[in-house]
Amino acid sequence: VKLSVQINEGPYTHAASDTAYQFTKAALEKGHEIFRVFFYHDGVNNGTRFTTPPQDDRNLVNLWSELAEKHNLDLVVCVAAAQRRGIVDPDEAKRNGKDGDNIAPGFRISGLGQLIEAGIQSDRLVVFGD
Amino acid sequence: MSDTKRFLYVNRKAPYGTIYALESLEVVLIGAAFEQDVALAFVDDGVYQLTKGQDTTGIGVKNFSPTYKALGDYDVNKIYVEKESLEARGLTLDDLMPLKYEDEDDDWAEKDSIHVVSSKELSEIMDQSDVVLSF
Repeated sequence: VKLSVQINEGPYTHAASDTAYQFTKAALEKGHEIFRVFFYHDGVNNGTRFTTPPQDDRNLVNLWSELAEKHNLDLVVCVAAAQRRGIVDPDEAKRNGKDGDNIAPGFRISGLGQLIEAGIQSDRLVVFGD
Repeated sequence: MSDTKRFLYVNRKAPYGTIYALESLEVVLIGAAFEQDVALAFVDDGVYQLTKGQDTTGIGVKNFSPTYKALGDYDVNKIYVEKESLEARGLTLDDLMPLKYEDEDDDWAEKDSIHVVSSKELSEIMDQSDVVLSF
C-alpha cells in the first residue's frame, strides 16, 4: 500500500511524532511504500537539528533523519508553518536575512501543495497529532 | 493530475486560542488550486470559526474570519456544519456568517455554501470522502 503520513505536533510534548515514527518504520518493514511524510503545525519542530535531548532519551529528530537516509524517505516541512516557528534551511535563511539555519539532515522545506499532492497520490494519508 | 479525489477538511477547534483553524484555512486555500472535490466540515468548537462579528482587537491576534467569505470564489462551496455542535453551544444558523457562492451551472445564481447537517449525515459524508484532514 502507498502511504503518506502527516505529523501535526512537535517532539516530546506530544506522542504524535513518536507514534508516527513507529508507524512509518513498521510500515516500511512490512514492505509498504511511504510516498511522503509531511510536517505541519508544531510538527515542523521535528525538523531542527538543534534538538538536544538528554543522552538517555531518544533523539526523535535523529531517528527521523536516520530513517529517511535508510529508506530514502521524503520528509517535508511546511514552509509557512516553519517560518512562523523558526525552522530554516540555508535558502530560507538567505531569503529572510537570518544568521543561520537549523534544518535537520533528510528534511526539506516546501509548500502545502506537497500535502495535497500526498493526499492525491497515496492510497491512505495517515494523520498524527491533535 | 487527472484523478480527482474527495477531500474533506474537518475543523474541530475554536478560531483563536490555537493556530489549527488558521493553518487549516491555509491548507484549504492552497488545496483549492489542485482542482479536487473539496468539502469542509465544522464540528465541536470548530463551529465558532464561522460565527459572525468576530473581534480580536482585545487579544492582539489577526481576525482571519473574513477569509471564509472568499471560499466561494475558490470553488469551495460545500460547507457542512454539525447541528448537534451548534445546539450544544446555543448557536443557530443565524449566528454564522452567510457564506455564498455563484453556481456556474445555474446561470451564476448566488447560493448558500453552508449546510447544517446531523452527526449521522456528517458521518456519511466522511465515509464518502477519500482524504479526511482534521484540524
